[in-house]
Amino acid sequence: MLINARVDIALGNDITAPIAIAEFRKAGGIKVFDRDKVVLIPDHFTPNKDIDSAQQCKFMREFAREQELTHYYDVGEVGIEHALLPEQGIVLPGDLVIGADSHTCTYGALGAFATGVGSTDLAAAMMTGEVWFKVPETIKIVFHGKTKKWVSGKDLILHIIGLIGVDGALYKAMEFTGETVGQLSMADRLTIANMVIEAGAKNGIFIPDDITKAYVEKRAKRPYSFYNSDPDAQYADVIDIDVSKIEPQVAFPHIPSNVRGISQVGNVKIDQVVIGSCTNGRIEDLRVAAGILKNKEAAPYVRLIIVPATQEIYKQAMKEGLIEIFIDAHAAVSTPTCGACLGGHMGVLADGEKAVSTTNRNFIGRMGHTGSEVYLASPAIAAASAVLGRIASPEEL
Amino acid sequence: MKFRGRVWKFGDNIDTDAIISARYLTTSDPKALAAHCMEDADPEFVKKISVGDIIAAGENFGCGSSREHAPIAIKTAGISCVIAKRFARIFYRNAFNIGLPIFESRDLWDLVSDGQEIEVDGDNGSIRILDSNRGPLRIEPIPLFMQQLVSDGGLMKHIAKKKV
Repeated sequence: MLINARVDIALGNDITAPIAIAEFRKAGGIKVFDRDKVVLIPDHFTPNKDIDSAQQCKFMREFAREQELTHYYDVGEVGIEHALLPEQGIVLPGDLVIGADSHTCTYGALGAFATGVGSTDLAAAMMTGEVWFKVPETIKIVFHGKTKKWVSGKDLILHIIGLIGVDGALYKAMEFTGETVGQLSMADRLTIANMVIEAGAKNGIFIPDDITKAYVEKRAKRPYSFYNSDPDAQYADVIDIDVSKIEPQVAFPHIPSNVRGISQVGNVKIDQVVIGSCTNGRIEDLRVAAGILKNKEAAPYVRLIIVPATQEIYKQAMKEGLIEIFIDAHAAVSTPTCGACLGGHMGVLADGEKAVSTTNRNFIGRMGHTGSEVYLASPAIAAASAVLGRIASPEEL
Repeated sequence: MKFRGRVWKFGDNIDTDAIISARYLTTSDPKALAAHCMEDADPEFVKKISVGDIIAAGENFGCGSSREHAPIAIKTAGISCVIAKRFARIFYRNAFNIGLPIFESRDLWDLVSDGQEIEVDGDNGSIRILDSNRGPLRIEPIPLFMQQLVSDGGLMKHIAKKKV
């Protein structure tokens, strides 16, 4: 079934918005449909990595000023979009969110319908406030049991991607339910929803509960709605997962479904560790990393880069003494940016180099040279790996 | 919509980083993007293709990032259409929205070789492999709404037409 739907939030970043703005103008657009609902976030190649990216950001900044957008955040205020929007209560449960960024699906953690689109879809939404959708079928994922030590939301979603493949949920929604969900923090849920696109899904969604309520009630500045699944809902597939059987997961190059348990990794020596991104750059992630890095140092010749995803997270990490722990561990702590995750800047890999990263993609050349390798893992595995100079579990420390 | 051109084959799960790497996304100039089209999957690609050539791919073509720069790079490089077993969702939308013709065929990939010429008839939904005895292959039908997008010349023109 095809529908036209009103959007609550339409999002773009410094890579995708310039095309959307050009299309908007080319089609005769003068004012965006609602200046409170069009959100522009320069987070990818910022702080500007070179002259060309500076030009792109300038183009977007001028548009944001001209349109008097309520939600435009520049360097110094900006965070990684999918961490910033939930944190600031810009996206809320029950919203329909489109973003010209594939990880827009992150907001499903709040019980919003959120999906990635391209720049032209964003341009159309900026003009009309509407987007066309095909209503997706849904795969239900039911989590049972209690997670083992060091197993996080990242491990659960990597496990699922390994199970169903990078196209296992193509065109479909993924709904996460089951008794374990009640034990998952909002940070874990955001990580899980963030990576459903890596299974090809259109969106991922959690039914809002008390954890959702506690997260949003102090952030929301407008009304929001909690929606439940229909009791008689039909599912394309139901997948039961006993989380107690899952150990920390590592996705080997060059596809996120190439997943192994940490006990099956073997001796993989590494050159760099990145802890951050829209997937795993939240305060909970930094706390886990700091707990492991405290009174330790990155192994010789291993570069450790830690990127708090927003300014609020950065400040909180300072208050809690986490930044000091990181610097004492010889980490470079960066201002929020997507840079390293997509091989833009702030940690680009050379030929033959291997990185453990808490990000979301390990495609060929994703973080730099096409001869480099990216291993995706949780903050716990990443931190332990930094100390030992090879992919490792905190249990080995 | 009819296309005739040589086929260039790519496998399963060709991601948008392979189609156009993020290191080139400091611009949205179509020609600058086209110069690096498919570079991380085949560094020689841009040199060996001619205008009108066709990409044949396996499962989940265009997975990963939402960057519209990917179909723009393919279209501007001169590729007339892409035929895959299946497309990733955002790439599928983007291709229609910018007017890059794409078709789904389960059979073509296994039957065609690199450099072989094919003829695609988007109107009657068939593909013919030239210099082969095989009968026409079927293309998956394109939803009516998507056909309208293509015939209107992309999403923005479709919206403009609806407004009038």
